[in-house]
Amino acid sequence: MKNKRMNGYLLAGLILTGLLVALMLLGKFWTPYSPTEMNGAAKLQPPSWAHLFGTDNFGRDIFSRVMRGGGTTLTIAVLTIAIGAVLGTLIGAATGYFGGAVDDALMRLNDALTAFPSILLALLIISLVGPGKTYNVVIALGIVFIPSFARVMRTQFASQRNVNYITSARLMGAGSLRIMILHMLPNTLRTLLPALTIGFNNAVLAEASMSFLGIGVTPPDASLGYMLSEAQGMLVKAPWYAISTGAMIALLVFGVGLIGEGLQKLEREVD
Amino acid sequence: MKKHTMAILLSLLLALALLAGCGGSGSTTATPAPGTNNQTPATQAPVNTGRRATNEIAIGVAQDFDSLDPHHMTAAGTKEVLFNVYEGLVKPTADGRIVPAVASEVSASEDGLTYTLKLRAGVKFHDGSAVTMDDVVYSLNRRMSGEDAAAYLKALDIISEVTTEGDTLTLTLSEPSGEFLAYLMNVYVIPAANADPEGKPIGTGPYKVASRAAQDSLVLERFADYWGEGGKLDKVTFKILENAESLVLGLQSGALDLVSHMTSDQTTQLSAQSFRIEQGSMNLVQALYLNNARAPFDDVRVRQALCYATNKQGMIDLAFDGFGIPLGTSMFPSFGKYYDESLTDYYEYDPARARELLAEAGYPDGIDVTITVPSNYTPHVNTAQVLAEQYKAANIRATIQPVEWNTWLRDVYNGRDFQATITGLTSDNMTARKLLERFGSTIDNNFCNYSNPEYDEILAKAVSAIDDAEQTAYYRQLERILTETAANVYLQDMADLVAVRSGLKGLEFYPLYVLDVSTLEWE
Repeated sequence: MKNKRMNGYLLAGLILTGLLVALMLLGKFWTPYSPTEMNGAAKLQPPSWAHLFGTDNFGRDIFSRVMRGGGTTLTIAVLTIAIGAVLGTLIGAATGYFGGAVDDALMRLNDALTAFPSILLALLIISLVGPGKTYNVVIALGIVFIPSFARVMRTQFASQRNVNYITSARLMGAGSLRIMILHMLPNTLRTLLPALTIGFNNAVLAEASMSFLGIGVTPPDASLGYMLSEAQGMLVKAPWYAISTGAMIALLVFGVGLIGEGLQKLEREVD
Repeated sequence: MKKHTMAILLSLLLALALLAGCGGSGSTTATPAPGTNNQTPATQAPVNTGRRATNEIAIGVAQDFDSLDPHHMTAAGTKEVLFNVYEGLVKPTADGRIVPAVASEVSASEDGLTYTLKLRAGVKFHDGSAVTMDDVVYSLNRRMSGEDAAAYLKALDIISEVTTEGDTLTLTLSEPSGEFLAYLMNVYVIPAANADPEGKPIGTGPYKVASRAAQDSLVLERFADYWGEGGKLDKVTFKILENAESLVLGLQSGALDLVSHMTSDQTTQLSAQSFRIEQGSMNLVQALYLNNARAPFDDVRVRQALCYATNKQGMIDLAFDGFGIPLGTSMFPSFGKYYDESLTDYYEYDPARARELLAEAGYPDGIDVTITVPSNYTPHVNTAQVLAEQYKAANIRATIQPVEWNTWLRDVYNGRDFQATITGLTSDNMTARKLLERFGSTIDNNFCNYSNPEYDEILAKAVSAIDDAEQTAYYRQLERILTETAANVYLQDMADLVAVRSGLKGLEFYPLYVLDVSTLEWE
């Protein structure tokens, strides 16, 4: 990757994502109103200067809740991807490098896991580890994301198994672990990075779907998905609730999508 | 590469459309002509649905019927509707009495062990045949023998002997029970000759089943040969619309005339010219139920602190738009003489007092509470959210744990593995006993683990009392004990909001979960 010229996608993506992430990180420490404070006198108010995104059915400021809830969603997505990517890479590396029976066994297991719709699988795991806590959602989603990373990484490692520089390294007496980490892993980054951005987006959407279905984040904590499910019941009376929350998810996914696209474009230019 | 650019452009366009859509809807709602405050033109003038001319109505219900066989139905929503089709020897009235129905006279012996019922002359089934003593005995046997497991009613086990003589039925009980007639209400009389009670529903009620389309509708027609006053409308259609929004749309479009159990949010979407909102109550005791056996709630001061930290009216205003009757004990107003209203304000909202009590009990830094709520009941989840917020002022840090209904039943209600939970307890027959007996220390469904020797003693007296006034006094004493010892944080009897199309009158609320259509009529 000698030519690291910025491209439009990457720049736009970084700016958009940066702004949103900054807003959500800020939400961890400061919000215009308390995200949980209820106000009977200000129920279901449309957007105004006092309440940028309006208020919900308990008179809570939606903008403050989006800031705080977005942070929760962000945390879940990042941790989920971390689990998925690390474990997925380990499994992918092992199966791709060694091949043989281990490869067959793990990849069939992988196929079996992929056969489940991801939400269903997450549901199953949630029912095992118990609902309601943020870290349980992370565990469930993390496990769900392992197979896709494992598959991508396996292909990357397998394709390098018999290339000349690996054979040379092996002939020089380098150990398997050293070969995998020092010689193979760096070459997988160009695939891994875009996969991370796509995975991140899927994680945001998965968290949203799970909380929407009521098995994810629990009240009074907020997450974008949970807020969207609350907003559904008030679609006609308070459309601003669903729109502001939905737009937040859409923009976050869009921004990170742009980064992924930019990274891929960078790769193609290098090639 | 082109494809990607295209995709991104398209998604941008979509995002723009979304935002534009938002702006658009904002501007249209601001434009209605002056003088009208309705958003939908279709509901501005009262809709003439044409059903008034044919003397019929359409009612929206949220769920399909689990069984049309009266001895097999279990869902509350089914019982609510089939109340119009089936009757027992006795039946309930809107003011909470139990009156003879298929029987014309009911009398009990002094010791409460023998009940004599006389079959009413001239009662006919919907198929035109007369009700005979054989049919009554058949129906009774079907519910008490256990041969048909689904129809088996355990409460009837106390019947030790059934004898008939002409049109007189004598039931002998193994022990006296003040609530026996309430259970007899559920012995719906059906014809012994009908081999298929599920597919061919035949009863004696004021309305008969004309047709049923599963998942779609149930049509009832007026039964002309009913023994009593009978229904006023010729035809009543129950439309099944599982989505709450569709029920509202159905009312707005004129497809429906009446919908029960609405939320206050939904009722505000209806125009005041076309609909009248009637408020009854759900007849349940919604409370923050506490596990009295587990620390910190094994300390009465902590439970009282929780009561002082709760602003009931504030919660009802926030989460229920003010609809709901605050309660102070395990009894609701529909029960009339048993209900002691003075207990409602026993604990005035006072977070400072709550903090003091907590400090006294050894929790100067406050306590942490986990409130488990059944996640499918939005009202309970909303209540929990408001309480969690209120409790902050009293140094009580509440976390909410929504669980799926079956998990709730298993862990909380049956397993008693919880700290605090919000739910509504009902009495499915018309007796006060059920609401109070469950706090006896040896009772199976005492899921709060409330244990108080004084309470047990009075409860035993109340249950065995034969004199009504004496029994009532005991029950009221029990209510007071529950309040004074802060067994639970009693909240409210939730409102039951019914939207009724203008011109339709006669809706009556029962202290049971039933919808009586026989009293409804067009003006």
